[in-house]
Amino acid sequence: MSGGPALATSGLNKSFGSLVVARDIEIALPEGARYALIGPNGAGKTTLINLITGMLRPDAGRILLGGDDITALAPDARVKRGLVRTFQINTLFPHLSALESVTLAVCERRGEAAEWSRRLPAYRDAIDEAYGILAQLRLADDCARPTHALAYGQQRLLEIALALATGPKVLLLDEPAAGVPRGESAALFEAIAGLPEDITVLFIEHDMNIVFRFATRIIVLVRGAVLVEGTPDEIAADPVVREVYLGGAHHG
Amino acid sequence: MISQIMGVLFDGFAYGMLLFLLSVGLSVTLGLMNFTNLAHGSFAMLGGYVTVTLMRDAGWPFLLTLPVAFVAAAVASVAFERTLFRRLYRATELNQVLFTIGLVFVMAAAAAYVFGTVAQPVRVPDYLNGSFRIGGINFAVYRLFLIGMALVITVLLVIGLEMTRFGAQVRAAVDNQRMAKGLGIDVDTVFAVTFALGSGLAGLGGALAIEIVGLDPSFGFQYLVYVLIVVAVGGLGSIGGSFLAATLLGVSDVAGKFYVPQLGAFLIYAIMVGLLFFRPAGLFGKR
Amino acid sequence: MAGPGGARVDPHAWLARQTRWSAPEIAFWLAALLPFVLFPTYLTLASQIAITALFAVSLDLILGYAGIISLGHAVYFGIGAYTAGLIAKHGWGEPITGLIAGAVAATVVGYLTGLIVVRVRQLALLMITLGLGFLAAEAANSMGRITGGADGLQGVRVWDLFGAFEFDLYGYTAYGYSLAALFLVFLLSRRLVHSPFGLSLRGIRENQRRMPAIGAPNRARLLKVYTIAACFAGIAGALLAQTTQTVSLETLGFQRSADVAVMLILGGTGRLYGGIIGAVIFMIARDQLADMNPQYWYFWIGLLLMAVVLFLPTGVLGGLARLVPQRWRTA
Repeated sequence: MSGGPALATSGLNKSFGSLVVARDIEIALPEGARYALIGPNGAGKTTLINLITGMLRPDAGRILLGGDDITALAPDARVKRGLVRTFQINTLFPHLSALESVTLAVCERRGEAAEWSRRLPAYRDAIDEAYGILAQLRLADDCARPTHALAYGQQRLLEIALALATGPKVLLLDEPAAGVPRGESAALFEAIAGLPEDITVLFIEHDMNIVFRFATRIIVLVRGAVLVEGTPDEIAADPVVREVYLGGAHHG
Repeated sequence: MISQIMGVLFDGFAYGMLLFLLSVGLSVTLGLMNFTNLAHGSFAMLGGYVTVTLMRDAGWPFLLTLPVAFVAAAVASVAFERTLFRRLYRATELNQVLFTIGLVFVMAAAAAYVFGTVAQPVRVPDYLNGSFRIGGINFAVYRLFLIGMALVITVLLVIGLEMTRFGAQVRAAVDNQRMAKGLGIDVDTVFAVTFALGSGLAGLGGALAIEIVGLDPSFGFQYLVYVLIVVAVGGLGSIGGSFLAATLLGVSDVAGKFYVPQLGAFLIYAIMVGLLFFRPAGLFGKR
Repeated sequence: MAGPGGARVDPHAWLARQTRWSAPEIAFWLAALLPFVLFPTYLTLASQIAITALFAVSLDLILGYAGIISLGHAVYFGIGAYTAGLIAKHGWGEPITGLIAGAVAATVVGYLTGLIVVRVRQLALLMITLGLGFLAAEAANSMGRITGGADGLQGVRVWDLFGAFEFDLYGYTAYGYSLAALFLVFLLSRRLVHSPFGLSLRGIRENQRRMPAIGAPNRARLLKVYTIAACFAGIAGALLAQTTQTVSLETLGFQRSADVAVMLILGGTGRLYGGIIGAVIFMIARDQLADMNPQYWYFWIGLLLMAVVLFLPTGVLGGLARLVPQRWRTA
């Protein structure tokens, strides 16, 4: 990877008619960073993720992954280069078991998912790797159950498992703790803490516990534009941010 | 030469208006609830048979049977919707398609059983018969009547959609169902009413169609294909789209049969496939 | 071994269990040989059933596994049929090469039309597949000099299979030939479905959005399976042409596309055997009720469709699967 940020955007703009959802967004994440993206509802956080991953096409601006311009690449091509995301609302395979889901992701990464000459059990390495990831996330015992039968917290973990199986260099976590009840969030915290150090992580979160615990730097997004960026302490002390977001807001 | 073209255009436009009446209901309900109701054409058929029965067995005048055809189709569709269709709103598209195709089969067989398989003639009142001749072009009175009715209904629909509160609710629900519910709109009722209206219009179209294309038990399926073309090409949930697509289809069909009968329906299907490939959401569709 | 929660799971063993041949499966294929012995007078019907079952399996690949709802799959069936029929009619009656030719023709058309089909979803997809079906039927109709038009293709003369087995009226060769083809295609399909490719197809069907997010190129995958399914449908069509020594327009028609969809729903989609079971039930019923007025036939089919969708949406096999855990699963 060329020197410079692992992920960067420059001049990113997007509007739907007269509704501006992204305004001149410039961010730069160094390798191994743990950045958090916060902002009030409707600020355009998920939109930004969609723009970066290619699910939405920007009106203007560029997206750079490890120095390479990926703005024109299709979403799956970006994933193949290591840009991976999880979804805020569980976007899983309801009738596939957790094992099958993660094995699928592993096979995709290894370029084996288009092969139809051998049966799945023959791909022992891929299965071992998938099982390993599931074990790491405490999902091993339930890996044979269909996804729809898993507890909500487990499904959130499966989201992360899928992302890890894809071999990310840059990982975008869209509200990983969304809707996870108190009792199940410990496993989630462990999973996030256990993410390899060389992976660059940007996560959207409303849960300030997670933000202050894991993030080294926070980007505040308001109405589609970056309001301010700084260390957790700086942000916590910033009066403008307080007013716009932290002041009187909910907490996870 | 010109008069020939004008004649074809006139007949094509009239046919298009008929197709519009038959299709607009399906376009809006598909856009609203994404429920693929292939039995829509059968409700049109129902309206047609209502008219035939009232005229033949009860001696009713043609014009008076029209509102009854509308109401009968509307009521029947709501009955089906409340009892059967609503169980399938969460079902896969394939299941909805196959279920409603099953219904088409059942209704066609029932029609054949009750009325026989022969085309039903209908005696349109004398004042709707005959034609004018202006500038060398034949304007059939019945077709003028059809066009007139369709245009009036179009205007009423547009006014209803754009200027009434109910219309606004329909538009909101078509645009974003979840948000509409969140705003307190009773999407269920909106859908039921829209469904009834749409099916009623189809029934009206079926009654009006007898004079132009005839009525027999295969009507439900035969015109289903054309209705689906109009809806797909026009775009779901769009009245303007249905109007335009129906006109295009009507004119193309009549012109095609007149100028290049050997090509048959080939041209229409080819254009449809091509159009949908480049604009899968139709001319005015959103998704 | 397997543990719904609690017990330790051996991932390799569990996955192997999903793909293993079960006893009922083996019994089924052995039973498929029974008609030779028990129902020798019905061998022609049996070969028709085998051919239709093959067609249904090809549709299951795209409909049940990949989630592509096509009401125009008969196009590839018909192309296979007409290709094999025309080759035989014009002097080359060797069955195996004719079969391959039919398959190749269907594959090519499948690939070309697939380029369009995989780029659309929902209503547009339905309409395009319907439209392609009608286009093919119209084209075949108007090319009457080649296809025989509404009268059908006449003069199809097929040579003896392997130079030894004549396609006689009794149907022994026909059934053996069709059954062998069905079994081979089934084996290929089974392998496909249990491979990583098959898993990715199920992924697309389960959640189309998630697939690109794990790096999968949806369209390319769908195009691949669509082309394969077209090839298999073409094989079925070619078989029909060769065993009945005639080809008619209805091989391309909507009726055939719709009937096979009914069979799939009846048997259960996404299970490979669903199409076969559905074909068996449908064809036997139609044969037994052949003297019924066609109107009534479609009344009952319509009612059956509605009932199956309402009460047994996963089909006969789906219903059975709920009673017998883990055993019947081929997917």
